[in-house]
Amino acid sequence: MVPTNYYVILSAILFGLGVFAFIFKRNIITIFMSIELMLNAVNLAFVAFSQALGKLDGQVFVLFVIVVAAAEAAVGLGIIILIARNRQTLNVERVDLLKL
Amino acid sequence: MTASLVVFFVLAALAVIGAVSLILQKHPIHSALSLIVVMVALAGLYLLMGAEFVAAVQIIVYGGAIMVLFVFVIMLLNAGVEEHTSISKMAGAPGLLLVVALAGFVAATIARSAESVQTASQSGVMSSTKDISNMIFKDFVYPFELTSFLILVAILGATVLAQREKN
Amino acid sequence: MPTHPILEYLWIIPLLPLLGSATNGFFGAKWPNKYVNIVAIGSTGLSFLLALEAVREFFDSGQVLLRREFFTWIAAGNFRAGFDLQMDQLTVVMVLVVTGVGWLIHIYATGYMAHESGYYRFFSYLNLFMFFMLILVLAANYVLLFVGWEGVGLSSYLLIGFYFLKKSASDAGKKAFIVNRIGDFGFMLGMFLLFRTFHTLDFTALFEKAGPWPPEAMGQLGTFTIACLLLFMGACGKSAQLPLYVWLPDAMEGPTPVSALIHAATMVTAGVYVVARSHILFMHAPTAMLVVAIVGCATAFFAATIGLVQTDIKRVLAYSTVSQLGYMFLACGVGAFSAGIFHLMTHAFFKALLFLAAGSVIHAMGGEQDMNRMGGLSKKIRWTYITMLMATLAIAGAPGFSGFFSKDAILLAASGNYLLYGFGLLTALLTSFYMFRLIFLTFHGKQRFDEHKIHVHESPRSMLAPLVILAVLSVVGGWMAAPEFWGGENHFEKFLEPAFANASEHVTQIPVDPSTRTGKFLIAFGEGMGSALLKILWTYAAIAIGVALVGFLVAYWLYLRRPEKADGLAKSMALAYRTLLNKYYVDELYGAVVVRPLVWISTNVLWKVVDVAGIDATVNGIAGGTTAVGDGVRHTQSGNTRSYAVWVVVGALVILAVIFFWPSQMKPVVGMVR
Repeated sequence: MVPTNYYVILSAILFGLGVFAFIFKRNIITIFMSIELMLNAVNLAFVAFSQALGKLDGQVFVLFVIVVAAAEAAVGLGIIILIARNRQTLNVERVDLLKL
Repeated sequence: MTASLVVFFVLAALAVIGAVSLILQKHPIHSALSLIVVMVALAGLYLLMGAEFVAAVQIIVYGGAIMVLFVFVIMLLNAGVEEHTSISKMAGAPGLLLVVALAGFVAATIARSAESVQTASQSGVMSSTKDISNMIFKDFVYPFELTSFLILVAILGATVLAQREKN
Repeated sequence: MPTHPILEYLWIIPLLPLLGSATNGFFGAKWPNKYVNIVAIGSTGLSFLLALEAVREFFDSGQVLLRREFFTWIAAGNFRAGFDLQMDQLTVVMVLVVTGVGWLIHIYATGYMAHESGYYRFFSYLNLFMFFMLILVLAANYVLLFVGWEGVGLSSYLLIGFYFLKKSASDAGKKAFIVNRIGDFGFMLGMFLLFRTFHTLDFTALFEKAGPWPPEAMGQLGTFTIACLLLFMGACGKSAQLPLYVWLPDAMEGPTPVSALIHAATMVTAGVYVVARSHILFMHAPTAMLVVAIVGCATAFFAATIGLVQTDIKRVLAYSTVSQLGYMFLACGVGAFSAGIFHLMTHAFFKALLFLAAGSVIHAMGGEQDMNRMGGLSKKIRWTYITMLMATLAIAGAPGFSGFFSKDAILLAASGNYLLYGFGLLTALLTSFYMFRLIFLTFHGKQRFDEHKIHVHESPRSMLAPLVILAVLSVVGGWMAAPEFWGGENHFEKFLEPAFANASEHVTQIPVDPSTRTGKFLIAFGEGMGSALLKILWTYAAIAIGVALVGFLVAYWLYLRRPEKADGLAKSMALAYRTLLNKYYVDELYGAVVVRPLVWISTNVLWKVVDVAGIDATVNGIAGGTTAVGDGVRHTQSGNTRSYAVWVVVGALVILAVIFFWPSQMKPVVGMVR
């Protein structure tokens, strides 16, 4: 069997890559996708632990995470559409109206 | 080297390559496709762990609904190659440092507790859909209802947000 | 109704002047003088009548010491200080003097201050003073006494600086208050020491506890000595003895009724009262008593010398007051407390009279206070002249007048110590001299002013009536204490015996040395009069009278017969004359040695260093620091989403670090709990 360790390490790698993308990409949509990547990494960790512990709670939680991610994606993309319509740009650095 | 290990490594490599590709691509549509690859790989890993229901849901919801949503939005907005601006001072060198630090911490945490996470349990306990649904509808019925409410709100929100302005 | 209503409600006596003060103070600004008079004189007069009634009840109840607690003011731990008032023989004397003389001076002031602005304010302050002074004399513990003590100091400041638009007046007020404070510091330390030793500051309890203690030896600096010296330091400040007398001459800037009431009859006697009240403590500390006697005698002599050459009529009287207060302390210092209190009483009469009459002269002369510009007034202002002459005879010690008996008693008591007696006698001579000098310069001789410019007129009846009453008291007031050999029975001393007798019950008798004259006197006083003793007493009396006569004659010759000789004397002893005229340059000395260094320290150390560089810099520095931090943190709000994303990562990092480095209780998330 594959040791749980490996799954967790993979999850960590994916998470780190997600954070990296979150910081270094400029397109709003790409940033959003990196959030999904991070969520997926965490899901992987959950399922891995669920399997290691023999309980199903982890998998149930994963289901809930997926549901929430779906809802969040829907609303978030709606907002992105509005931003793109208003600011005529998808570069996140151009959206800086909150600057002090 | 057992079969499952080999499968694991293949799928893991696929996932990592997909993630790296997401970072390196310039056009967002290519990043979206890379993400789909990652999700499929992860579904495969779930299957490997015996969580079929989760794997199925992953493909259907994540891959089939959410990513399709992403692709549609990219199409709607006519997203192109992103321009290269570097207005943010924090996101340059400090950001890199912090990501490395984060990764390091996580690695250290894992390493520290490596002993207690060694063995995988037997595959005796197969997670069946019936068991999962039992859990959802008995132990977690309250969060379940809340999530349905959440989805309703999300639908309404998305509808409102995407309306054209009334001229 | 209790049998002795006033004694049960003693607090009414001080309360009435307080009400008068408040009424005049809050409402009197718009009132005509008449209403202000009614309130002020009414409250004080009523207080006097109630005091008389209280005294009558006191006699009625068999002259038993009465102590009533009205409410607890401070209760902290095992320390209790209450608003307790007491009445005993000493209080009787003091309260009658304060209310009686105070009332007469109030009446006088209605005439004297009639044309002044701020009339209502004056009487408000004057009543306030009466309130505090009554609290002082009626108090049954040191704490309440100190309240009155401070209060009279405050009233004194307010009244001295009554003409506050005049810089010299406001300066004098400040000087009085500040010098008093120095004495009060000693007083408070004395109180603290007493409390620490006896755990109570209540008179009855304290004296009862202190009585059985053995008296300390001469030169031993034990608890009693130190406490008494500290209390005496306070008395020096309040009663203007060396070295804290400098405020009293300057206090003449206040209106004359103020000088009469506060700086002659009542406030300055508070120090003597405190020493007399604490006689049990003092009798345990012979060193302290010696210090008191020496300081008193030295002050008496010192002040008399300065008074010899002063030209301002009120200044002469001020130095005379300091000198007479010295006499009172001399009496207390040699153990003759009742003699000291007796002199306090007679001094109140004739000194108040002297001041009021001087005020009358100043009023008649249209504000002139320099004696060199007076003269020949005896026929023009007859009543003022006669009453002032009566007072002068009293203070000089003419036989039969009140001052004679009191001064004689003091000199007799001091006769055991040659030095004290000698200086006391010398001071009596100087007193007689400068007082008659004052009379001759003011009322006799050539008129040294322009008749056309100044219209000399007698004072109104409101001012003359108190003068007459006080004159009568100055003449006959002494007979109540006339000792046996003059034919009277010394009622006064016998009356005060219970108040001062507590000492003898507990303290081992001060050994009486039969070989000394005082010893003989003391023994014979108890046994009865033997002819040898009578001869001694008559001798003393004769010496005192003779000395007074010499002073009178010298003044008569120098200022009436040969006025030019006075100037010649001044020129030939120019150095001595200038020193005396400039009051031994004491004020200048204090200014250079005490005041200037303090001001320098205040400016350069306390202000520039501690306040500006220290406190201000700290406070401003905190404000500046906050601003600087804000300026720095501001940059995180750049409006740039990517930077925000990095900050999110930073936050996550912090949480991870906490979890990672947390001590063993909290296992890292990845590890599993088996």
